[in-house]
Amino acid sequence: MGQTIAEKIFAAHLRDEPFPGTKVLDLDRVLCHEITTPVAIADLEWRGKDRVFDPDKIKAVIDHVTPSKDSKTALQAKILRDWARRHRIRDFFDVGRNGVCHAIFPEKGYIRPGFTVIMGDSHTCTHGAFGAFAAGVGTTDLEVGILKGVCAFREPKTIRINLTGELSEGVYAKDVILHVIGQLGVNGATDRVIEFHGPVIAGMSMESRMTLCNMAIEAGGTCGICEPDRVTVDYLWPFIKDEFESPEAALAEYRRWCADPDAEYAKVFDFDVSSLEPQVTYGYKPDCVKPVAEMAGQRVDQVYIGSCTNGRIEDLREAARILRGRKIADSVRGIVSPATPQIFRQALAEGIIDVFMEAGFCVTNPTCGACLGMSNGVLAEGEVCAATTNRNFNGRMGKGGMVHLMSPATAAASAVTGVITDARELLRQPAA
Amino acid sequence: MTSKQFGGPALLLDRSDINTDEIIPAKYLTEVTKEALQPYMLEDLKLDGFDPKSEQVRQARVIVTRENFGCGSSREHAPWVFEVNGVHTIIAESYARIFRQNMFNCGMLAIELPKEDIDSLFAMGRAGQLVVDVDVDGQRLTARAGGESREFGFDISPFDKALVLAGGWVEFADARY
Repeated sequence: MGQTIAEKIFAAHLRDEPFPGTKVLDLDRVLCHEITTPVAIADLEWRGKDRVFDPDKIKAVIDHVTPSKDSKTALQAKILRDWARRHRIRDFFDVGRNGVCHAIFPEKGYIRPGFTVIMGDSHTCTHGAFGAFAAGVGTTDLEVGILKGVCAFREPKTIRINLTGELSEGVYAKDVILHVIGQLGVNGATDRVIEFHGPVIAGMSMESRMTLCNMAIEAGGTCGICEPDRVTVDYLWPFIKDEFESPEAALAEYRRWCADPDAEYAKVFDFDVSSLEPQVTYGYKPDCVKPVAEMAGQRVDQVYIGSCTNGRIEDLREAARILRGRKIADSVRGIVSPATPQIFRQALAEGIIDVFMEAGFCVTNPTCGACLGMSNGVLAEGEVCAATTNRNFNGRMGKGGMVHLMSPATAAASAVTGVITDARELLRQPAA
Repeated sequence: MTSKQFGGPALLLDRSDINTDEIIPAKYLTEVTKEALQPYMLEDLKLDGFDPKSEQVRQARVIVTRENFGCGSSREHAPWVFEVNGVHTIIAESYARIFRQNMFNCGMLAIELPKEDIDSLFAMGRAGQLVVDVDVDGQRLTARAGGESREFGFDISPFDKALVLAGGWVEFADARY
């Protein structure tokens, strides 16, 4: 019997099976941020177990509230910072070098095909874009990960999603994943890994694959996962060039983490994306999804471009294509957060930041704080935000606010008009 | 053996997909102790007629709810806010994976029952205050309301049961690995 990607990774990392169906895996990466890790650190200290299993496999960043906004968040940052120093965790990213966790860790080359990755953050599934098994966990699992380098999971069952056809101009990975979640439902992949296959994936950049895998959790999925291929190798090459003779050699090695042709899946879905239109959410659940056309004309008060879903350079480029030569509506507050310092500098070098500022956007430092109303960009009661983020729960960006999820292009177009707008209309018109 | 008390007066939340932002909003994640979360349980829950400050919420030791409970964030603050309010047992049709694991990792009980059993519990709860007794070892629970009493069996994986009995995953893992 053939194996899925997750089954291969599980078999290669199995430390123990304490009970039938419970797999305890060795971890290659334990990723940490300043919200869920300080409580884990405090508890380990309280238990007299202030140790780490391997400082080189632990990476940490201050992400959500940065720079700290008050005494409580300053304490969270301090606990993480002191702990990283105490245990010689070299890959710790503090103010000035920090950014959104699921953007900065892949950007540094920390994630490889076949890896097991956990983090106290539900969107850890993003890292599956590299052919890794990457799962969000709570603070207790994180604690055990830090202490022992292991995590327990149930036997992984996999849903296979085949994406065929060709994406039209103005339609992106974000529209694909919103559509998939709309079809699966918020509970459709609970306790399942979602494997993405097909020519659409083969044609996607690593950034787009990360956008796709990022939202697997919004259908309940443990991990979204793509097969490693030449695109993966090319992305990782600067970090692996000392390990392999050539990209071809790396590819040959990484292909062992692809699914077998006769692997068994819990379910298989086929989606032809050729006729897919830009998508947007309309309610308080990420599976409340409609084509943008059906939501067009609805007022927005704020537009937020950023987050672990869509704060990468290709996202900023697509938004800037719409914004170049245009101003955002007077009724709209535009906020853009480049996800990492590297992305920020790249956007500066390409003139993208200038485009955003000319259009009337506020540019923030790299952080994911606005997505969950933790630091900046909080909505007032009754306000509506067009956002490139991943979650539209009631109160997510502030009590009484409403969040509509969409691609960076749709968000930029909506900023220009002040209402939800199909970006393709603006792509067709020359800017004034 | 855990010192937690499983069972007691139940709070009925008749909705699916109750998410972690509704259980404990992100703005409270700046707290670094579990106890500080205590006043904010279910503060943003969207459910007609629900008042997070009601006496019924204050007295609850069990929550009965529908599908996909605890979806969304990995924040363990969600089980903790229940724990510090004395709610150690949740009974639902199904759970989001991370939330369910967090419950057992904290030595708490996330019981899954089929829809028809959950329907019965809601029906009983409409007749009077629902009180639930839980026998973890026997994997049975007794529900009482308005003079009626019913028993339900439930499944719990051996691993989850071991975590509840050990009082959580940290001690279990540190002793074994």
